[in-house]
Amino acid sequence: MITSTHISKTYGNTQVLNIEDLKIPKGQSFGLVGNNGAGKTTFFNMLLDLIRPSTGEITNHDIAVNKSEKWKTFTGSFIDESFLIGYLTPEEYFYFIGDLRGMNTADVDAFLQPFEEIFNEEILGKKKFLRDLSKGNQKKAGIVAALMGNPQVIVLDEPFANLDPTTQIRLKKMLKSLTEDREVTVLISSHDLSHVTEVCERIVVLEKGIVVKDINTSEETLTELESYFSA
Amino acid sequence: MIRHFLRLEWKQYFRSSYWQKGIALKIIMGFFALYMLLTFLAMGFFSFRALKKFFPESDPLQIVNSYLIFVIVADLIFRYMMQKMPVMNIKPLLILPIQKSKLVHYVLGKSAFSFFNVMGLFFYIPFSVVLIGEGYDANGVLAWLFSMILIIQATNFLNFLINKNNKAFWTLVVVLLGGFALKYFNLFDLGAMSQTLFDGVVSNPIMTIIPLGILLLLYRVNYSQLKSQVYLDAAVSVKTKEASTADLSWTKRFGDVAPFIQLDLKLLWRNKRAKSTLPVLALGLLYGLFFYPQPMYKDMVFMYAFIGIFSTGAFLINFGQFIPAWDSGYYSMLMSQNFKYRQYLRSKFTLMTISVVLLFVLGIPYVYFGWKILITHFAAAIYNVGVNTHVILYGGAFNRKRINLEERAAFNLQGTGAVQWLIGIPLMALPMGIFGLFNWLVNFETAIAVLIGLGTIGIVFHQKIMTVIIRKYAASKYKMIHAFNQTT
Repeated sequence: MITSTHISKTYGNTQVLNIEDLKIPKGQSFGLVGNNGAGKTTFFNMLLDLIRPSTGEITNHDIAVNKSEKWKTFTGSFIDESFLIGYLTPEEYFYFIGDLRGMNTADVDAFLQPFEEIFNEEILGKKKFLRDLSKGNQKKAGIVAALMGNPQVIVLDEPFANLDPTTQIRLKKMLKSLTEDREVTVLISSHDLSHVTEVCERIVVLEKGIVVKDINTSEETLTELESYFSA
Repeated sequence: MIRHFLRLEWKQYFRSSYWQKGIALKIIMGFFALYMLLTFLAMGFFSFRALKKFFPESDPLQIVNSYLIFVIVADLIFRYMMQKMPVMNIKPLLILPIQKSKLVHYVLGKSAFSFFNVMGLFFYIPFSVVLIGEGYDANGVLAWLFSMILIIQATNFLNFLINKNNKAFWTLVVVLLGGFALKYFNLFDLGAMSQTLFDGVVSNPIMTIIPLGILLLLYRVNYSQLKSQVYLDAAVSVKTKEASTADLSWTKRFGDVAPFIQLDLKLLWRNKRAKSTLPVLALGLLYGLFFYPQPMYKDMVFMYAFIGIFSTGAFLINFGQFIPAWDSGYYSMLMSQNFKYRQYLRSKFTLMTISVVLLFVLGIPYVYFGWKILITHFAAAIYNVGVNTHVILYGGAFNRKRINLEERAAFNLQGTGAVQWLIGIPLMALPMGIFGLFNWLVNFETAIAVLIGLGTIGIVFHQKIMTVIIRKYAASKYKMIHAFNQTT
């Protein structure tokens, strides 16, 4: 359960985020939609305690994220390429993250096994540094790393951007299956309305930092969103 | 069209991060450039008289001419190492409706005005003025000067041709060294050949067409070669290096800080910027050799402490002052990972401590200059581990400057702020002052004891001090994340 109460963020005179009250129950697949500058990444950054809210606070499984760091043990995230360590090979990066999440080399190898298809022989064993991989392959590595160590909460900012169609489809399946047993909470943001409606059971639309729609996904959601954004 | 290019160039220059740097750095860099140019200028004006004085029986111009061939080869080697063709800048222009030939002419033409080409003129032009003033044939001297300008330009373009070729580079080195050797052993005088050639230009100004011809030919070759390579997978591509992995499992003995130590070792090894701290180690280690052999420092015992701190702390200071900016590229990621600040900082501490011990051990041969020196170095090493590591870690909490690991290292002062300069004072001057004071007031043994004592206090209270430092880091976490995310 993620609860945010009265959070807002102001830079100078501009308010970039102002959310009254938002509760994301455990096991929900939650989607955040909005145009550029709507505050999606700001919200995720606050959830990860990378930016301080001007007012209010966010709790992650009853832990106030800016008071304790315990949430880090069960939260996996990938925001952008700056989360990668460019001078490591993908393997080294996975082992590093794995180490921080209490996995040994064998655990990491076993964990990576099912992703081999996604990696498409382009990531592992290539003797390339992460900084030299293509944008799409960097993203794959980052997303997979975010899933390491059985996190209870997964935060992915724009996971579908830059991915190839095969991986987009696989990722959608994966995200859906993650929330199947209602244990793992998945938070994603996306500009692709059809992807979010497919993956998320709940979609929140932000506009200039304010929640303008909070929809439980149904058959009509996609049309509803499309008409909202084309208006 | 050229107007557009020039405007882009102007903006690129004045909007580059260089200008965003502090005023102090600009002044330092400005002075350095000015110093270089003034040196050349002074050489141009005064070398005529100097040569006349030292070699009264020879003609100064002929002496210069006999060395020109070596100057040209040395210039080429220097350029090979320092000067790269700025092709990457045209990448965004490739898809615009601009003829490729224009782009190539532009890139080549622009390189003609690079600093490397201008630098030499500061010698040749005043030297020519002096020559004419001394009554040399004006036509001949002007032809000579003109030839030199053409040759500088030709070297510029020759450099681009050999730049992709290591063999060419080593051939040049061999030519240079071999030429000097042959001259030294009087086997074959390359210098005499050079002299004949350039004297010829002075006496027959028409010979200037030879360098002109060479320049045009080289330009032509460059042009056709570059034009066929203006593709994303050729000249305009970023070279990627194959990753080499080393087995770092031995670091496991450091327990829970092992992952970070491995990360730091890779950081040092794989990034241009970080790698540049390694040569400084050698410099720091050998620093004492500048002082100890000189008798005038024999009595300046307080200098022992300074050199001791510097040589055992070379890595500590150079690496430590950029903690945590080394990790600035992925600091947000680290901050959302499951580990404690203590772990992260302890790994930096461990690395610095190991370096101090290692540098002390490597510096043991200094005992040759007296046992007092060795003991002082030992005390300095203890002080470094106990006090300076903590000071530098604490200073890191004020670090707000992002470092781009891939940027070239020489003269790269990115990431340095006022704090980085100021921190040098307590790190080196303070122990030197303390040591000097006690050495002067009481005696050498007491001064040593005080340094060791201070260091030991730091080591004993390590955990407590770390807690304070960690609190400071935690407090400035958001500011750091924000600052490190600023890419420009």
